Amino acid sequence: MTLALETIGLEKRFGGIVAVDDISLRVEQGARHALIGPNGAGKTTLINLLTGVQRPTAGRIRLQGHDITDAAPHRRVGLGLARTFQINQLFADLTPLESISLAISERLGAGGEWWRPAGGKPEAVEEIADVLARFHLADVMHERTGTLAYGKQRLLEIALAIACRPRVLLLDEPAAGVPEAERHEILATVSALPADVTVLLIEHDMDIVFSFADRISVLVNGALFIEGAPDAVARDPRVKAVYLGEDIDA
Amino acid sequence: MLTILFDGIAYGMLLFVLACGLSVTLGLMNFVNLAHGAFAMAGGYVTVVVVNRYGVPFFAALLIAFLVTALIGALLERTLYVHVYQKSHLDQVLFTIGLVFMAVAAVDYVMGSQQVFVQIPAMLQGRFDFFGVGISKYRLLIIVICGLLTLALQLILTGTRFGSRLRASVDDARVARGLGINVTGVFALTFAVGSGLAGLGGALGAEILGLDPTFPLKYMIYFLIVVTVGGTTSITGPFVASLLLGIGDVAGKYYVPKLGAFVIYSIMIVVLLWRPQGLFARSAGR
Amino acid sequence: MSSPLVSRVAAQLARRARWRPYEIAFWLLALASVFLLPGRHLILTEIVILGLFALSLDLILGYAGIISLGHAAFFGFGAYVAGLLAAHGLVTEPVLALLLSGLAAAALGFVSSFLVLRGSDLTRLMVTLGVALILRELANQFAWLTGGADGLQGVIVQPLLGLFAFDIAGHTAYVYSLTVLFVLFVIARLIVFSPLGLSLRSVKANPLRAAAIGVPVNARLVAIYTIAAAYAGIAGALLTQVTAFASLDVFSFERSADLLLVLIIGGTGYLYGGLIGAVIFKVMHDYLANLTPQYWPFWIGLVLVVIVLVGRDRLAVWRAAIAAALLWPFRRKPAAPEPEGSGR
Repeated sequence: MTLALETIGLEKRFGGIVAVDDISLRVEQGARHALIGPNGAGKTTLINLLTGVQRPTAGRIRLQGHDITDAAPHRRVGLGLARTFQINQLFADLTPLESISLAISERLGAGGEWWRPAGGKPEAVEEIADVLARFHLADVMHERTGTLAYGKQRLLEIALAIACRPRVLLLDEPAAGVPEAERHEILATVSALPADVTVLLIEHDMDIVFSFADRISVLVNGALFIEGAPDAVARDPRVKAVYLGEDIDA
Repeated sequence: MLTILFDGIAYGMLLFVLACGLSVTLGLMNFVNLAHGAFAMAGGYVTVVVVNRYGVPFFAALLIAFLVTALIGALLERTLYVHVYQKSHLDQVLFTIGLVFMAVAAVDYVMGSQQVFVQIPAMLQGRFDFFGVGISKYRLLIIVICGLLTLALQLILTGTRFGSRLRASVDDARVARGLGINVTGVFALTFAVGSGLAGLGGALGAEILGLDPTFPLKYMIYFLIVVTVGGTTSITGPFVASLLLGIGDVAGKYYVPKLGAFVIYSIMIVVLLWRPQGLFARSAGR
Repeated sequence: MSSPLVSRVAAQLARRARWRPYEIAFWLLALASVFLLPGRHLILTEIVILGLFALSLDLILGYAGIISLGHAAFFGFGAYVAGLLAAHGLVTEPVLALLLSGLAAAALGFVSSFLVLRGSDLTRLMVTLGVALILRELANQFAWLTGGADGLQGVIVQPLLGLFAFDIAGHTAYVYSLTVLFVLFVIARLIVFSPLGLSLRSVKANPLRAAAIGVPVNARLVAIYTIAAAYAGIAGALLTQVTAFASLDVFSFERSADLLLVLIIGGTGYLYGGLIGAVIFKVMHDYLANLTPQYWPFWIGLVLVVIVLVGRDRLAVWRAAIAAALLWPFRRKPAAPEPEGSGR
């Protein structure tokens, strides 16, 4: 079966610095794949390359078998790839209702229509309501995003990506910065994602990683260090060494 | 043809001295100062008044123009500009346009709207022949003065403590502050010197560019082009850009008078199409 | 699926685009001015044209976040196209000429949009300023076509639709301009509340995220820039048609700068800012021009400086307070979000 997401020799250089070093990643359909590694290992750069925010200096990217290396970011969304950001990237002046209806509008191909009010289509309305309910945003749906509590903003962050109905979802530290009391809402949402959606998750919190992932890749200094099932990776002494900063035997 | 080249170089170097202050201000504080031309105008008018009315020697007048304009720059910076640094680019544009309008109208009121001329000393008038090439004495002076200034600027930037503080602040203001560099002070001094240089450029350029109250508006685009094409991260960038523009403009107006004015705009468009961040900017533009 | 929620969502979305009472009051007032202020039609026409011009800038500044220092380029281009069409008898019916001028300006906007999209805020300022200056220089150089510094002569404007001749008191001109403004306003309002408009607001708020949820950012910006250029061109063409003259100052930097001031006074992002700002600006301009005919740019500059120092956010707050006071009879109970922009 075709891989949901695949990179072949992906590389990103900034002058003399290699942020992403010859990464060949394979993500299976329906996988719950976690990407971990120390700070500065290149995880977010990798996500930026996958989504087209940055262009690789070498290598190819394949989404469901299609080569998307040269595709613009918005096109990748149309092909089924969506992401969330580690630091909320929301539309401060728009309401959650407007933001979500925008995402759905674009997906339905109606984003460029200028002659009718936004959110008019009945099937869109049902879907908007569904997303709002699932992410507990219904009660704040017409408040300015900039005024929402951080936990709600984080839920909206994920809701926007989900509203794109992606087949592959890239989550960049979904629980980052969320107060303890609101974390379970985020995590429950992540766990409740449909089984046919492939998820690539960047996380630092090992509890989340081990409860969620069925496969883990460890990134160190921009390169894939170790890959495998959670148990194997957890037991591998080299992983602990990398996180604690001890010298790794070559 | 060589005369054209020579005149173009003179024009280019003059543009550089006029625009380098703007380049550093933009690179240092990410501040769009459209009123930069007003400082040039101020320097020009100070020189005109001081030389024509009070008979001060020309070279002394140049120095006075520099100092007075630098002082005005420092004053405005501390009292007005400082409130606008943190605001959006749109606000900075509006603010500096407002200042230009006020300056233009004020000068019009005080000095009248006709073009004014500096009485340049006799020894600087006319041309002499150099191996068959006609060299304008005044333009030669411009090249010499601006060349020395450029060297001095480069030396200060690379050889002095202040220079490294300035370069560090341009590169990353936040980190520079963290290192204990007084970025605000660096900027205030740089702004004053940049304004002073603009004033000096205006004084020198009054003879060539024509000085009247609409000077800041007429030449605003030229300064902006120099900064955009040359980038804001070095001295060499705007320097090369100024020469390119100066030679291009003079040559264009000579060989193709009808379309000569478009040479500058065409260069701008071509460069921006090819490299939107300027010819010499780092990969991360702002 | 919880039906109450679905109906709530549908209701909320529908309410967004509904015409507010103050809007209806505004246009009724405008209509009334045709009959109640017959002596003022000349200056009212100027206000309408300026308002349309400001509306066009609001589309790109207030809704897409593009700062333009050279919007007069499209205004001037439309003005000269309309003038040339009339002067050479190519298209004698003014409404048709108006539409053609708008199309021409749209074409110019489309072509220059690709330059405008590249680079940072500064490059955008440069490019927009440069395009306006280039056009001015072109008009100046090709004096055999445009009349150069003397202006375009011989512009004879035929009766509208063959029926309504332009009169000296400016009645026809005012009704004409006001109708054009209203029609274009309604279209702009449709656009702004449409999916396209929403996507533009998202691009202004966060272009990175907009692309990340599938918005083709550049394509949308090109679209609105082209539309805004068309609107500006139509405003310029209107000016030529009601004054039967076109001169180089339609391209001037002062015009672009004044326009920014109009929009800043009135507020961006809610469409009425340009119109309200135009009224205030014209009144202010007239008053100042009577005081100091030669040096009124000084006062304009001062107003700009003061507004920035006071802060546009604070200005938006005062505007909202004044609006609330004026609209007190029309207030409603559960507050739906007013289309009051953040003024940013």
